[in-house]
Amino acid sequence: MKSFPNNDGQALQFKNVNFDYKNDAGHIPILKDVSFSISEGEFVSIVGASGSGKTTIFRLIVGLEQQRSGSIYINGQQMENRLGKVGYMPQQDLLMPWRTIRQNATLPLEIQKQKSIDSNAVDRLLEEFGLEGYENKYPSELSGGMRQRVSFLRATLSGSNVLLLDEPFSALDAMTKLFMQEWLLEQWKKQSSTILFITHDISEALFLSDRIFIVTDTPFTTLEEVKVPLKRPRQQHHLDQKEVVELKNSLIERFRMRV
Amino acid sequence: MKNYIYSTILTFFLLLIWEMGARLVNTSFILPAPTEVGMKLWELREVLFLHHLPITFSVIAIGLAISLVLGISLAISMNMSKTLEKTFYPLLITSQTIPIIALAPIFVLWFGYSIWSKIVVTIIITFFPITVSTFDGFRSTNKDLKELFQSIGASRRQLFFKLEIPSALPSFFSGLKVAVPMSVIGAAIGEWLGAQAGLGYFSRRMMTQFDGAGVFAPIILLSFIGILLFIVVVLLEKYLLNWRRT
Repeated sequence: MKSFPNNDGQALQFKNVNFDYKNDAGHIPILKDVSFSISEGEFVSIVGASGSGKTTIFRLIVGLEQQRSGSIYINGQQMENRLGKVGYMPQQDLLMPWRTIRQNATLPLEIQKQKSIDSNAVDRLLEEFGLEGYENKYPSELSGGMRQRVSFLRATLSGSNVLLLDEPFSALDAMTKLFMQEWLLEQWKKQSSTILFITHDISEALFLSDRIFIVTDTPFTTLEEVKVPLKRPRQQHHLDQKEVVELKNSLIERFRMRV
Repeated sequence: MKNYIYSTILTFFLLLIWEMGARLVNTSFILPAPTEVGMKLWELREVLFLHHLPITFSVIAIGLAISLVLGISLAISMNMSKTLEKTFYPLLITSQTIPIIALAPIFVLWFGYSIWSKIVVTIIITFFPITVSTFDGFRSTNKDLKELFQSIGASRRQLFFKLEIPSALPSFFSGLKVAVPMSVIGAAIGEWLGAQAGLGYFSRRMMTQFDGAGVFAPIILLSFIGILLFIVVVLLEKYLLNWRRT
């Protein structure tokens, strides 16, 4: 495990964070006094309806937005300028069409001006991510699932132990999605990273996460938290256990009220 | 090559009709036959190729080069500063409603018969497509991709060289492909209005002498310059944007 001293095992912490969205109409509060923490090596999902401010949490962590008050800690350190501190995988794969797969994946190394890119390590990861033989192809030649893997590899190569994934599989077909979820869990275990995962798919959240945060209202104050009663390693059929099915149904009921 | 077979056939067909028509009309100072033009080109080869062609070509080359430097600089500045964009962009668009060709005689007054009056016409006529297409290219940069770069910690400089320039290139080349033929027109017009040498000047002089074939011969050379430059741009585009082939 990539460990960071003095972080008390916390990879990510929000303490009393307030955030307003500014537009012509004035300030619209989105986060009100939000606090939560995520331990190193945890897999946490945020589930919520669209427009509920899930993505805002990510933008705050990444540093694309600044909170009005409160503090955000990454690996135990409070950071004002957080840009470049966590690995971020956006909703669309956002691969550059003019760069080859390898060039797309190694973008963070290039930006961080790493003088000597360890090409053997990159080769190993490309193989690990099932991209062997595609290094010199362009994104347009790859399938949706593969492109997402390149995007995930790029987030991994940012070198951070904290990875934020924003609905990465929402554009994939159902079959590919299942395989990608299993593959993601495998990688998470291997890289021993901390993952915060946004989704609106409750089954996906249950299958992947240790804990699920539920966002129902905007602005939100507390993040409701659900612990997933499943052991690891997981398989898709574990979702059929009575306890999990009941949990899933109760979650769906909760969202139904809001629609 | 296969792609050009139909257009080549059509060209030969039209040339044939022209040839027959010209022979029928039989007034070569109004409508010279293609063969006559070809023969004239051969006859005047030395003066056309060694004297007038280099002069016109340098007008085109210098004009295009200055236009590229100015246009790209302005596009970059407008991309960097919202204020500059708001200042120049509307003016740029409005300037296109001014009939530049009608203004060209003024440049002859200002710059005389020197090469600069022609270069100015060429610059003015090619500046717009280069600037606007380059700027639109910068503007087409994907906003999400820009945020991704920022989230990785990219500096303004890295953002410019690694994201904005590659994003602008396809649009820049579209503009350049419009500008190159226009630069030939610009140079020819400039020479028409006042010059002592050049293909445009030569064509006009032949007109005063009622030499129909002599009018057409330099025009064919002008159009060859245009085609040649266009091919150079297309090859450069293919080389720089080779990812688009996939």
